[in-house]
Formats: sequence, C-alpha cells, structure tokens
Amino acid sequence: MEVMPKWAEVILVPLISLVLAAILSALVILAIGEDPVEAVNLMVTGALGSTYGWGYTLYYATNFLFTGLAVSVAFHAGLFNIGGEGQAMLGGLGVALACLLIPWPHWTLALLGATVAAALFGAAWAAIPAFLQAKRGSHIVITTIMFNFIGAAVLNYVLVNVMRPPGSMDPATARFPETVHLPTLHEMLAPIGINFSKAAPANVTFVIALLACVLVWFLLWRTWLGYEIRSYGKSEPAAKYGGISPVAITMIAMIISGALAGMMAINNVMGEAERLVLNAVEGAGFIGIAVALMGRSHPFGVFLAAILFGFLYQGGAELALWTSIPRELIVVIQALVILFTGALDNMVRMPLERLFLMLRRGDA
Amino acid sequence: MDFLTLIQLLDSTVRLATPLLLACLAGLFSERAGIFDIGLEGKMLAAAFFSAAIAALTGSVWIGLMAGIAASMAFSLLHGLASITFRGNQLISGVAINFLAAGLTVLIAQDWFSQGGRTPSLMGGARFEPITLPFAEAFGSVPLIGPIYRELISGHSILVYIAFAMVPLTWWILFRTRFGLRLRAVGENPAAVDTAGVSVVGLRYAAVMICGLLCGIAGAYLSTALQAGFVKDMSAGRGFIALAALIFAKWRPWYALYATLLFGLFGALETRPDVIQAIFGIKVQGALLGALPYVMTVIILAGFVGKAIPPRAGGEPYVKER
Amino acid sequence: MNEQAPAIELKGISKAFGPVQANKDISIRVMPGTIHGIIGENGAGKSTLMSILYGFYKADKGEIFISGKKTEIPDSQAAIAAGIGMVFQHFKLVENFTVLENIILGAEDGGLLKPSLAKARKTLLELEHEYGLNVDPDAVIEDLGVGMQQRVEILKALYRQADILILDEPTGVLTPAEADKLFRILDRLREEGKTIILITHKLREIMEATDTVSVMRRGEMTATVKTSDTSPAELAELMVGRKVLLRVDKTPAAPGEVVLDIKGLRVVDEKGVERVKGIDLQVRAGEIVGIAGVAGNGQSELLEVLGGYADGTGSIQVSGQPLDLSGAKSDGRTRRARGIAHVPEDRQREGLIMDFSAWENTAFGYHRDPSYQSGMLLNNTAIRADTEAKMERFDVRPPNPALAAKNFSGGNQQKIVLAREIERNPDLLLVGQPTRGVDIGAIEFIHQQIVALRDKGKAILLVSVELEEILGLADRVAVMFDGHIMGERLPAETDEKELGLLMAGMET
Repeated sequence: MEVMPKWAEVILVPLISLVLAAILSALVILAIGEDPVEAVNLMVTGALGSTYGWGYTLYYATNFLFTGLAVSVAFHAGLFNIGGEGQAMLGGLGVALACLLIPWPHWTLALLGATVAAALFGAAWAAIPAFLQAKRGSHIVITTIMFNFIGAAVLNYVLVNVMRPPGSMDPATARFPETVHLPTLHEMLAPIGINFSKAAPANVTFVIALLACVLVWFLLWRTWLGYEIRSYGKSEPAAKYGGISPVAITMIAMIISGALAGMMAINNVMGEAERLVLNAVEGAGFIGIAVALMGRSHPFGVFLAAILFGFLYQGGAELALWTSIPRELIVVIQALVILFTGALDNMVRMPLERLFLMLRRGDA
Repeated sequence: MDFLTLIQLLDSTVRLATPLLLACLAGLFSERAGIFDIGLEGKMLAAAFFSAAIAALTGSVWIGLMAGIAASMAFSLLHGLASITFRGNQLISGVAINFLAAGLTVLIAQDWFSQGGRTPSLMGGARFEPITLPFAEAFGSVPLIGPIYRELISGHSILVYIAFAMVPLTWWILFRTRFGLRLRAVGENPAAVDTAGVSVVGLRYAAVMICGLLCGIAGAYLSTALQAGFVKDMSAGRGFIALAALIFAKWRPWYALYATLLFGLFGALETRPDVIQAIFGIKVQGALLGALPYVMTVIILAGFVGKAIPPRAGGEPYVKER
Repeated sequence: MNEQAPAIELKGISKAFGPVQANKDISIRVMPGTIHGIIGENGAGKSTLMSILYGFYKADKGEIFISGKKTEIPDSQAAIAAGIGMVFQHFKLVENFTVLENIILGAEDGGLLKPSLAKARKTLLELEHEYGLNVDPDAVIEDLGVGMQQRVEILKALYRQADILILDEPTGVLTPAEADKLFRILDRLREEGKTIILITHKLREIMEATDTVSVMRRGEMTATVKTSDTSPAELAELMVGRKVLLRVDKTPAAPGEVVLDIKGLRVVDEKGVERVKGIDLQVRAGEIVGIAGVAGNGQSELLEVLGGYADGTGSIQVSGQPLDLSGAKSDGRTRRARGIAHVPEDRQREGLIMDFSAWENTAFGYHRDPSYQSGMLLNNTAIRADTEAKMERFDVRPPNPALAAKNFSGGNQQKIVLAREIERNPDLLLVGQPTRGVDIGAIEFIHQQIVALRDKGKAILLVSVELEEILGLADRVAVMFDGHIMGERLPAETDEKELGLLMAGMET
C-alpha cells in the first residue's frame, strides 16, 4: 500500500519546501529593513519585464540547466557529484583550446567542436574521482570537492603561465576569433521579426541545453543504460545480482555528468565572454545541486528549477543595482532551497504522510 | 635559507595551522559520532563574521568570540536538526550551511556596516593580541632554543594555545572518558548504543554542538587574531582543507595535529616562493602549492598510502530496527 | 508457584505500523524461573512484541507489569532498569571495540573509563565463572565467532543485572552443536533463578528447551500451553491456523544429463576469508538438489558465484560448457545468457528494486533482452504487457504492474521474482530461501512452480536453511558446513537428526 499518492510526492513536497524557502527569504529581506513585496516586484520587472531581462534570465538558466542535469544524472546513479564547478572550469579550458587552436570556418562547426571539447574536458575531470570511487572506494563527495580546488589551481596556472597573451596582465586567454561567435537570441530571432534585446547574452546554447534535457530524459527512462543507472542508484546489491557492473555504471554516470557540467562552458565562455577568464563558472556548478534537488532530478523539473534560478540570478542582480540588498541574497535563497528540498525533506514529508494516512483511515 | 627564515616560516605555519587544527578537531568530534560535516567551512565563516562584527560593536574581543561561537553553534543545531532529527542527507545539509553562511554574512555585514560586506577594522581590545610568554626576552638570547622559544613558541594569540591544547584534550575525552567511549560507539554502531540504553540522538547532538564550538573558535581566530576584521568569504576553503586533514589524520587527534601543521606549512610556503626556490632550486607556482593538500588527500583517499577508514556508521541516519 | 506474581505480564498490547497491525490485543504471563518460548512464523509479530517490552517501540495500547508492578517502558534505559536484558537476532555490538568495552557501554561507573574497566573486568570474571561463559575480555569483537559474540551479548545483559533475558531467534546463526551449548547455558541461567523468553520459529527448539510456550499468528496470541502438554504437530497447526502440508506433492524425479557440474570450487570473500573450501557438486536435468546448512556456511557464496556476482576458483560447467568464474565474462548478464536463472536469497536486497514498479522489476536482469528493445530504446509497452501476463499466471495480487515492488506483500514480491526467472525457461534455476517471509498460501504455490519446472526436465539447485523445506522439495540433499559439503543424502533415507549432525560438521 502506498503511504502517499504520487502527485503529492512529486508536486506537493517540493512545492511546500519551496514555499518555506520563500517565506524565510522574505523574512531575511524584512530583517535587513527592505520590503519583500517591493523586492519581488523589482525582481520580476528586472528579470522578466523586458527582453533584456529575459535574455539574462535565460542565459543564467542555460548554465543551470547543464549543471542541474549533471547533478541529476549522478544522483540517479546514487552518486553525489559536488564537483560540477570544477568540471565546468575544465570544460571552459576545453572550449578555449578548441576555439583558439583550431581555425574554424563557420560557427556551427566551431560550436560542434567546442561542445565536444567541453564535454571531454568536463568528463575527464569527473572520470578521475569516478575511477577512484569505483576501483578504490574513495568517497566521491570528498574527491569531487578536492577536484574543484585542484581544478581551480590548474586553471589559475594555465591562465597565468600558459594561455595569457603576451603583455596582458589579466589572467585570461586572448579573445576568440570572430568566426566562432555564437548567434545570440537577438540574432536568431531578428529574421523572424522578433526584436530581442541586443545586449543580453542568451544565445543558441539555450537550445542545446533544452536538447540536453530531452536527451537525458530519453537516456534515463527509455534506454537500458538509463535503466541500469537508475537500478544501480537504488540498490547496489540488486544491480550486481542483475548483471549490472558497479564499476561501469559509476564511470559512465560520472562521465555523462561531468560532460554535461563541462558543456556549460559553451554558454558562458564561448557564448558570452568569448574568452576564458579565471572565475568564469561563478558558482553555477553548485547551483546545479539546488536545481537538481528542486527538480527532483527529473529533466522537466530541472528545466523549471533552472528557469527559476535564472530568474533569481537576474532578479538579484537588478535588486543589487536598485536597492541596498546585495546579490548575496540569492546565495541565501539558494541555500534555503537546498536545505528544504534536500536536507529537511523529511520535515515536510513526515507530517504530510501522517496527514494522508489519517485521510485514508477516515475513508476506510 | 638561514635559521631566522626557518623560524619565520614555522611561525607562520603555526598561525596558518591553527584554524585548520580547530576545524579539523571540530570535524573529528562530529564524524566520530557518525555525522559527516562538510559544513565546517560555513560555520567558520559565520563565526568569523559574527565575532568580528560583535567585537567591532562592543569593543570586546571576548564578547565577539562568544558571538562567533554562538553563530557557529546555531548552524550546528541546524545541521543536527536536518541530519539527526529529520534524518536528512548530511552532505546536502552541509552544502546548504556553507551557502547560507556565505550569503548571510555578506547580507548582514552590508546591513550593519555598509562597507561592501566587510566589518570595520578591529583595533585594541577588539582583537586578540599576541601573548608574550614569560621570560621570552630573557630566554631569547640563549642560542638555538632561545629564538625558537621567543619567536616560534611565544608571541601567539591565546587562541593558538587553546587550539594546541585541544589536541591532548580531544584525545583524552575520546579515549579516556565515558563520553568518548559512547561517542565513538555511536559513530560505529548506533544500535549498540541505543540498546544499551543511551540516547543516540543526545550523543550525536552533543558531538555536533562540540563541532560548532570548535568551528566557532576557528572562525573567530580568522577575523580577530589572524586578520583584523571580516572580509567576504574569508574562510577561503579552510573548512575543506580541514576536512582533507581529517581524512589525512584518519580521524585521530594527534594525527590531526600533524596533518594540519603540514597543510599549514604548505600555506606558509605559498607566500614565500623564494624559500622554495632556495631549497629545491625550482620555481613552484603558489597556486599549485595551494592545491597540494587536496592532491595529497585524494592520494590518501585512493588508498595508495595507507587506507583511511571512516567511522562505520558515518553519514547514515539512525533508524531503529529490530 | 501460582501464588507468585508473574515475572512479566502483558495486558492487551496493540501496535500498528502505518496500515499494518503488528500486534493485536496481546496478553501473556511469564512465570519467574522458567524458560518461556514464543513461537510463530516470520512476520507473526513476535519481534515487535519483544521490542515493545524492551522499549524500542511504544505500544499503541496495553499495559506491562514486571513482577506484579505496572511499569512504563518508554526506552531501553527503562527496560534495563526494570531488569530486562535482550539478545537481538542481529547483535548490537561495536565491532572494533573489545569485549570489555562493549560490556560497559552504557553501564559505566562514573565519567572516567579506567576505574569502570577495572571494575567491569572483575565482575565479568565472576559472571563468567558463575555461568560458565568464558570469553576473553580483551578480545576485539570482529575477531570473535558468532557463538562467542552471542555470549558477549548475554554477558552484557547479566552485567546489567538482568533477571529477565529475552533471546530473539538466537540459533539462526548457530550450528546445532553451538545451539545445544546455548541451551545448556540457558538451563544454567534458569537454575540461578533467571526468567528467559525464547523467541523462535523452530519447533524443535521449543520442544527441547522451554517450559511453557505461547504461539503467535498474524499479530495475535493464539495459545499459551505447557510444553510437556503439547506436540510439534499441534504447535505447527496453531502457528499457521490449519493443517500444514509438510510434504510437497511430487512424483519421483527422473534425472537426466548432468547440467551443473562443480569441481573444486573455492570462494574467498571481500575480507579475505575463504567461505567455500573446494566443493564438488552435480545437478542433473529434471532434479532438485537441496543444499541444507546453517546460514553462513558458504551457501550464499556458492549461489553468488553461480549467479555471477562473486569470484571463485575451480571449475563449473553448465551443460558441458565451462563458466568464467572471474573477470569480465563472469557477471549476471552472461549467466542469464547461458540459461541460468536465479531467485536470490534476499529478494528485497537483491532480487527486486523496491522503489521500481512491478513492470520495471519484471525486466530486471533481462533488460537488455532484444524482446524488450525497439531500436535504441526500451520497449516499455512490451515489458508492461509481459508483466501483466506473468502477474496473471503467477496470481500476483494486486495485479497492477505500475505498483512499486515495496507495496506488495512478501509472498507477492517473491512471485514477481519467481515469475521473472522461471518464465525464462532456464536450463538451471538457482533458488535461495524461496519461502522466507512468505505466507503459507504462497508457499504451496511457490513449491508447485519449482516442481513444475523440474518436471519440464530442468535442473534446480535449492538453498534453504529450513530443513523441512529441503526434505519436502529436494530429490537429493547436500549438507554444507564451513565451506565443505559434508555429505549427500536422499530425503527418503535420512531424517532431520542425521542432517542436523552433518550441519554441525559431524561425520555420520
């Protein structure tokens, strides 16, 4: 017998968690002497009130789609990949190398090449912790944390000592050639008569991110590989009995996860900055955790959560611009979302289960 | 490299190792009781802010320290609530706490001081000053041990001495007291503790709160002793290095001291590339040196140099079973 | 003796877990200085009742009296204070602590360890002497055998001055010889005036060891009788509520070609302990070979190697072709492709993904089968249709393929696994504990299905710790002890006593 109907599990629990996070966030805004209603108004206008706002919202959402999917795929295999940050950094390195070393004739080819490079670099950075987990039993959470720091150090070294153009003081690569410029939403929508903001960074990568959502869904629920990933995540002894190799699945799931995280770089490095800078990822790897938790590791949920966080990031930037509320408010909201949808999940679930049990007894 | 440079290097090793040591011992209490804590970083950061902020407002570093400890313990309570009472995922709770601290400290700092997320610089009684140990001057002229005593052992803030005293104290509590026996037992097999009539929840909360206390001191040290005030993200990954040190130390107090001193030395060397060049004749990038603790921990975790076996019930919420 | 207040009296105890009523209005009196047995099938509510008595669960209703005094037992602390000690089925010991540290845990004198340990050492030696329970106080638990660990548990209770000792399925992990030793210890404890409650599902133990016996069925207490006034047959009937069919209906086997041929098989587990120590075994087409033995004597490892998820050395041939015992081609998928199906011992841990729906579980292990694919994708429609058909043929209730495995009863879960494995029409079926935690109705059905597969000329290797099941179902019995096969017998030419001796490692 089921304790709670599926709709409650899938919709009600995350929704209540979200509401709790929102209430606490409002209290935080109140506590620092600002008006939460006014703040929400500002955020909505700033993030959704213009194509400029939307352009930024979708740009951020694209990043979070990739990192959220990355965390989700690992979650399904029972692995907590906290290393999205490092994997996205390395993905950036891959993109920079692909864009600077190869003379691409056209942006479509460049995008293809850069995507492959980003995925390869991200996957490689996830593959080492995966291998250590699978073969040596090293806790993947700890190793992926360590690899974030190691990745940052590697990137720092490469940018300062190897890829910095002569004469530049900036720890960054040279600008990418004009041929690898990715079309922005403005450029894509103009031919069909939609006037999208020219200044906003959202670009063709958003479409790739959506495509990734669909592909991940197919992978997880429509292929035997996804079936094996989910089986292994639910029960390792059963997976072994079923002929599913723990080593193979750990490696494959983490490689896919790392590849997705790495692919974020085609958005922020190739699509926006058009060069690789030191802090290109800006915490998006960690936001992926919140996005995956809120989206219940389902690609559609991840899509919704990524849009929400895109909105929060753009709205938060607007807020910081017009009020005295710093951008860190968003970090607080992000923390509360992780707390309620991830760690305090049972706090919401237990009373609900009791409620449903009572309701059923009432029926019987 | 001359003798004085060595002393200086070791002196900054001690200062950099202190917050690592406190946080590492904090994690040790928590993880020995079976509660993983990747939120050491966040608790340190919160404590760093609140101790600096309150010290700045009251002018008393001791009240500041208390405030820092209180803030850190509040986060511990939250971690306990999530991972003990509601049996949530301890790792996710730790991640949430890190972000909560990172966001809240800047938010409140901006609200209170409007200095872009920092506190005013601390002066006088709002800071922990170095303590000159007795006879440091008189003794200082004795060759060899004199300078060691005067420059290396004497002249640190009280928190440094507290941190080093915590090592034998932690060992004693863990291995010589009833509380320590129960604490270790609850991290290995909570069911054994429960059926013996001892509260698993109580023990784990106690451990988590001690963790908060020590992280609080660690954070306070950062902003009121090592530096003179709070700046955004000032814990700068130290909580994670402490976590690495804990694994490196295989969850043992004395090893924790050695591990944090080693990692402290890396930190000290990072600021003195000239010293490395003098010894090894090669130029090593500071950034790469900074990554060394993480690389070493990965190697340890991989079991290539002695396997680190964590407490057996670590990370698992306790559910009563027949 | 009737004048005396009962050591324990329970009145009207009820306890529900969510929608499941585990204990219904249970009353029982246990007289001091006796060994009182509580018998019932798995899931009858025995352990729940004892957990309430030990303060692990809180009863929804009812009262507890200890020596005539009404006592509240909200936690284990209160139970210990009331003089109750409990030896759980799964020991509650800290594995890397010493015996002495485990004994004092929670019963220390004062805040410092040294004086506590010194005092405990003295008391422990006295206790050991008094009851003949010798254990090295400084031994680390993980270095001790299960029999010794159980002694530590008993000593733990005695150290806490328990007058009432509850033992939950204490012989599950013991050899018959060790079990006999345990019963002698219990006799000694009774002589010293202790009251003992023995929970078991084994009739033999009740008859041999107890003074009084209470029978539980489906959460209710159905009878309490003096052991000397009853018989195993009567108890069995009380346990299950109707006459039990101890023998399975089947025709004599007609063994054909050798299907499974094991020679010199050795298995070393992850801790480096050799669990299977060179065994030879054959199973022919059209016969059921049963492996009897106390749990933990290498049977599980044997199944794991055959199932492809543990490594072994030696040689195994199936239908004349050798199997890889390690390496890439030694996994469950390759085994299935070779016509080996496997109903694992622990269906909830291995056989099913509890969170997956019934239809997803039906594909488990065969999920790469071409019949379940369409192009690069899984053909979920085909899997669902297949599941519906299997559920109908195996009478799985409720016949809802979308329901998660965890929401089926034990018997129906087992039917889902059995349907998946048997309907593949394998040449060799491995079956571990086919009826553990399964209700009586389903047991008969499951046994019939296994016999039916045999009658189709397939080879079946059955592992069970239930001797009755082995004797009823198998055409040939091999007994395993300490990684060896002690001997093979025909069910018609042996009995439980002889098998029991073999299970204890004694040549007959």
